[in-house]
Amino acid sequence: MADLSINFCGVKAPNPFWLASAPPTDKAYNVIRAFKAGWGGVVWKTLGEDGPPIVNVSGPRYGAWHSQDRRVMGFNNIELITDRTLEVNLQEIKQVKRDFPDRALITSLMVPCTEDAWKAILKRVEDTECDGVELNFGCPHGMSERGMGSAVGQVPEYIEMVARWCKSHTRMPVFVKLTPNITDIRWPARAAKRGGADAVSLINTISSIMKVDLDRMSPWPVVDGEGSHGGYCGPAVKPIALNMVGEIARDPETAGLPISGIGGIETWRDAAEYIALGCGSVQVCTAAMVYGFRIVEEMISGLSNWMDEKGYRGIEDFRGLAVPRIKNWENLNLDYAVKASIDQDLCIKCGRCHIACEDTSHQAITQMVDGVRKFTVMEEECVGCNLCAVVCPVDDCITMVPLADGAVDKRTGRVIGGRRTWLQHPNNPMAKEPA
Amino acid sequence: MSRQPDIAAGRLTGADLDRNFADLAPPLTKLEARVAAERCLYCYGAPCQTACPTSIDIPLFIRQIATGNPLGAARTILDANIFGAMCARVCPTETLCEEACVREAAEGKPVEIGRLQRHATDALMADGRQFYRRGAATGRNVAVVGAGPAGLACAHKLATLGHAVTVLEARAKAGGLNEYGLAAYKATNAIAAREIDYILGVGGICVSTGKALGRDFSLGELRESHDAVFLAIGLGDTNPLGLGDGLSGVIDAVDFIAELRQASDKASLPVGRKVVVIGGGMTAIDIATQVKRLGAEDVTIAYRRTRAEMGASGYEQDVALASGVAIRASLMPKRLVGADGAVVAIELERTRTEAGKLVGTGELETLACDQLFIAIGQSLVTAGLVEAGIRLEKGRVVVDAEGRTSAPGIWAGGDCVLGGKDLTVAAVEDGKQAALSIDRALSGAGAIAAE
Repeated sequence: MADLSINFCGVKAPNPFWLASAPPTDKAYNVIRAFKAGWGGVVWKTLGEDGPPIVNVSGPRYGAWHSQDRRVMGFNNIELITDRTLEVNLQEIKQVKRDFPDRALITSLMVPCTEDAWKAILKRVEDTECDGVELNFGCPHGMSERGMGSAVGQVPEYIEMVARWCKSHTRMPVFVKLTPNITDIRWPARAAKRGGADAVSLINTISSIMKVDLDRMSPWPVVDGEGSHGGYCGPAVKPIALNMVGEIARDPETAGLPISGIGGIETWRDAAEYIALGCGSVQVCTAAMVYGFRIVEEMISGLSNWMDEKGYRGIEDFRGLAVPRIKNWENLNLDYAVKASIDQDLCIKCGRCHIACEDTSHQAITQMVDGVRKFTVMEEECVGCNLCAVVCPVDDCITMVPLADGAVDKRTGRVIGGRRTWLQHPNNPMAKEPA
Repeated sequence: MSRQPDIAAGRLTGADLDRNFADLAPPLTKLEARVAAERCLYCYGAPCQTACPTSIDIPLFIRQIATGNPLGAARTILDANIFGAMCARVCPTETLCEEACVREAAEGKPVEIGRLQRHATDALMADGRQFYRRGAATGRNVAVVGAGPAGLACAHKLATLGHAVTVLEARAKAGGLNEYGLAAYKATNAIAAREIDYILGVGGICVSTGKALGRDFSLGELRESHDAVFLAIGLGDTNPLGLGDGLSGVIDAVDFIAELRQASDKASLPVGRKVVVIGGGMTAIDIATQVKRLGAEDVTIAYRRTRAEMGASGYEQDVALASGVAIRASLMPKRLVGADGAVVAIELERTRTEAGKLVGTGELETLACDQLFIAIGQSLVTAGLVEAGIRLEKGRVVVDAEGRTSAPGIWAGGDCVLGGKDLTVAAVEDGKQAALSIDRALSGAGAIAAE
């Protein structure tokens, strides 16, 4: 039986599944339910500085992009940080940590960009004996207009500065939560590291308009006839988040910096992918909001069974294993070639591979052979692009089969073999390396 | 036998009847429709479309439903099949589009094309938007004989092409079998009549009811007064059993179904306690199931060949079985048993096939019955056809690929023609194609008679 426990920057948890700082972690009631359900940790919903409580809209806060059968594929919100008082939150954090000492409890923070403000709140959070703090430099809506959240996260110098303040004013581990609303995620990550952050968490939500209400001619969800951009999350953002995690994991300047992965994690498989890209913990919000806390049962059982099957005894056994295989395009092997292959026994003859290839790609798939509806690959035209396999509705019906060394690529006439990248390719006038 | 026939009206009433004659396949909810639509793979050169006699662009209309454009979907359907609403209800989709669906091949569970088609056409009927209008007048007049699916599909297409159309219908109402045939639970809420209102809404079609060929007019007269004639008279006669049909309680299934479809109160129809239906096609299923649902205690279909050879599809047989009808195969009628002029039983002989020929085994079986419904096929009323120079073969009108008969200027389609498929959807296609052929002929681009 695999051991799912983690030690993330000194923060221990029985499993890597944490709830992200968000509505599900706004108060003790929810967090206790989460811990009872089996979550390994939570990042408490962001606390702000003491003062008049935050005011949220009382119109709709959430929107979603649904599939036809109303599965939530993408989700957005315009909720702000906690709208409960600082004191109540701190008391609850302290009590919950006391009652669940084996779980990770991180407190998310967002205060104005002054050293005094950060110093003041860190002191009070330390008193709760929670395991660490996460600096919310990510929220793209509402708070950013007040100079906080992503307004900080979009300026690497601010990230570095605030991280440094925090590290100098607390003994607790400091995680920096990054916004994806930037051009290159490596810059804020490097800044966090320079500032002394113990880890980065990413991604926060992506600025979004979910859709336009065509009757009211307003962004949706509609608040009294108008709408505002929100923060986008859920399964649809996972590929974007994975790339950002991968970029940080393989950047020489940040390599080894602990990462808590966030973005569209719904299943054990999603979590395993983040861990394979180097994450030491993962954070979930949308899936819990859609399905409830019990999804963690599947995540624990699925990850555990998969690890047993692969022979991984602990999370560290496979953490980061995929990172060395993330390459720049110029490092890919241009001498490698695959051809699509359609399993005629599995083919249900929908014709989607044909029309996709015929209309938009390389005219490499038949629709008729000897007067019969039949879809076969013409290897002399196939560039191995994978489009047919992507659009095929049947699992494993179309596979991309590598040509063996010594075989002739019928499209190019080239004999397969060797390993030339663009850097060595004769067509590259800038080729740096000998072929 | 001393049995007294037990025939009574009102065996079931009120809520029981309402339930028994409610929609056989209820409409999809909006969510169900979206989920069902999502299953469509939007095939290229879709097998379902190829399988549809009217070639509806099924992937397109389902995509239109999926994207929240049900009226667009309805337009796609009606452009190919103006009777899309009724066909959605009565087409044997399990042997047409849904059988061909690639999901059927993949999972044994096709996309619910028929129900999706109904979803779209229901949306149109509720909205009432008229997609079609009469084409610019050509000055040509076409007569259509018969206001069933073939006749009205032809009339509609001709009207959109600008020809003035007169439809002559022998019955009191237009609609043909959509109005007078079929099971009532497949055409609830007067959908047949509402669809015809929609079709006639195109304008330029004059329907004259109570006008029977041979009685009120002849083809010769029509031919003189019109530029072309489309014959869509269906099959006006039914085949008799030929076992001394003088007994009371021996009933023509087609007549009874028509009466049931037109009845304002179904409880007024007298049904037997024990009922036997002779036949194996759709009419046999429809009469047996409906009589059972009217309250008959014991309904048995007796068919002379095997279950697999029945004209009714497996799905239709299941509808009858699920309604409590018994289906007895390989039994052929031998003799009616009467008492005081009324049928009380039928004697049947077991059959088997020897060298491709159906033979009796000599084993006899008697089924008691208070009513005996005859549903062994329909035949063409030929009066007035041969005189007009129309060639018949095997009791049907001979037409070429475009629906032209041997008589110049006379086209034919639907159930009355040789090779007819006894399907609403096929009749609609016949009417549509004949209209296109007539239009070509009237504009000088096509021939006016079969070779």
